Amino acid sequence: MTDYYNFGLRRLKKSRRNSGIPLHFFIPTLPNPAPSNNRSLFPYSPANQSVTVRRPFPLSHGTTTLGFIFQGGVIAAADTRASAGGLVACPEVHKITPIHSHLVVTSSGSGADCMLWERILTREIRLYQLRHRRCLSIRGTAKLLSFMLHPFKGTEVCVALTLCGWDKDAGNTDCTKMSEDLSSTTDDSSSAVCSSQDVTAMAHSASPSSGPKLIYVCSDGARLQGDIFSVGSGSPYAYGVLDRDLRWSLSKEEAISLAREAVFRATHRDAYSGNNVDLFHVTAQGWSQRKREDLKEEYYRDMKRKTNIVEG
Amino acid sequence: MEYLIGIQGPDFVLVAADNVAASSIIQMKHDYDKMFKLSEKILLLCVGEAGDTVQFAEYIQKNVQLYKMRNGYELSPSAAANFTRKNLADYLRSRTPYHVNLLLAGYDDADGPGLYYMDYLSSLAKAPFAAHGYGLRKRFILNLHSFTVRLIDKEGIHDLEKLTAGAK
Repeated sequence: MTDYYNFGLRRLKKSRRNSGIPLHFFIPTLPNPAPSNNRSLFPYSPANQSVTVRRPFPLSHGTTTLGFIFQGGVIAAADTRASAGGLVACPEVHKITPIHSHLVVTSSGSGADCMLWERILTREIRLYQLRHRRCLSIRGTAKLLSFMLHPFKGTEVCVALTLCGWDKDAGNTDCTKMSEDLSSTTDDSSSAVCSSQDVTAMAHSASPSSGPKLIYVCSDGARLQGDIFSVGSGSPYAYGVLDRDLRWSLSKEEAISLAREAVFRATHRDAYSGNNVDLFHVTAQGWSQRKREDLKEEYYRDMKRKTNIVEG
Repeated sequence: MEYLIGIQGPDFVLVAADNVAASSIIQMKHDYDKMFKLSEKILLLCVGEAGDTVQFAEYIQKNVQLYKMRNGYELSPSAAANFTRKNLADYLRSRTPYHVNLLLAGYDDADGPGLYYMDYLSSLAKAPFAAHGYGLRKRFILNLHSFTVRLIDKEGIHDLEKLTAGAK
């Protein structure tokens, strides 16, 4: 029986850094060992001259995604535009993907890479759940993902994921079934009341390792845990909006409208972000998704508000 | 830019590191801890390329802890520094070198305090004071949000108050 595991990893064995992570797919051998940031597409181009226009800083691919933690859980928001250079390849992409009932991941970078790595992560989390009969913690998930991405450091793999999730207490082991889709937009008031009460109760009584978590994992190898992250070409604009208004004590509606506003402002100024906004809210009961909203409507509302201010 | 500073005193070592985790133009975190506790009296400060720092530092950290579990006593700071340097050197000429700059600070009950400077080319120097960071070669550090400062003496590692700009 051919040992695919070792066949594909033959070249990596020597480096001794591959710690036996389950990569059950063939890693293509590189034609020549490419230096880390060199896009060596043309064989005759000088090594230190990039083929494309020199950018002042590395552009992390057209997207605006953000996540933040507040008293009511974790909010994850993203735009829905997939751009390929100057073309809008698809205006309705899903950049936020649920992994299990208490974890969603926002993706940025290369679309194909993100889709693949999300599937790999889902598979590994599910395998862990089946083998150990408990849910892997969010920090453990981030570490697993970071270690799985490590052999590809220096290659063209470009993945920047933000894991937004809720760690449950040790007693609660069930994370497999996807939480029922509470995706209606009209029940905000009632669900806000009960979910915020539950959340505050949980937050106070739970051990420090449980509760909302937000971790950024990047194919460069960065793994950062924090309270607010925004990734993508639109992230400076989103940070501007979030840094001003984000507080721990926001209500669920305020947090959702803040996230929507941040994505809207980013899509307004960033050419590579746009179309719609996806919003996910993760609490101790699981994730819930809001109906996707067209930012065109938001733009018209904003225009109307501005003309009212001018006239009024 | 990331800064590390270490100063060795008569019976202590003082180390400080900035708290910024940046990704190109964005400062993603303002409270990032760059110090890794290898043992009760040894700290490893690590800056450099994004994933390499944590991977390498955690690898060293776990190996030092493993040594203690296997042998019952802890590695001395000098031994830990040489072990770290050896690992850096081994990976230097492989396909996957680690681009990290390190300071290792420790207190040995026999030899006293020690501060070791290592850089990504796996040079090692025991020095009374040392620093990493671009600005330090030319000018004093400016405009940084906050620093984490820790002191190691014969009692162990002490966390001094986190210093922030404008405090006191």
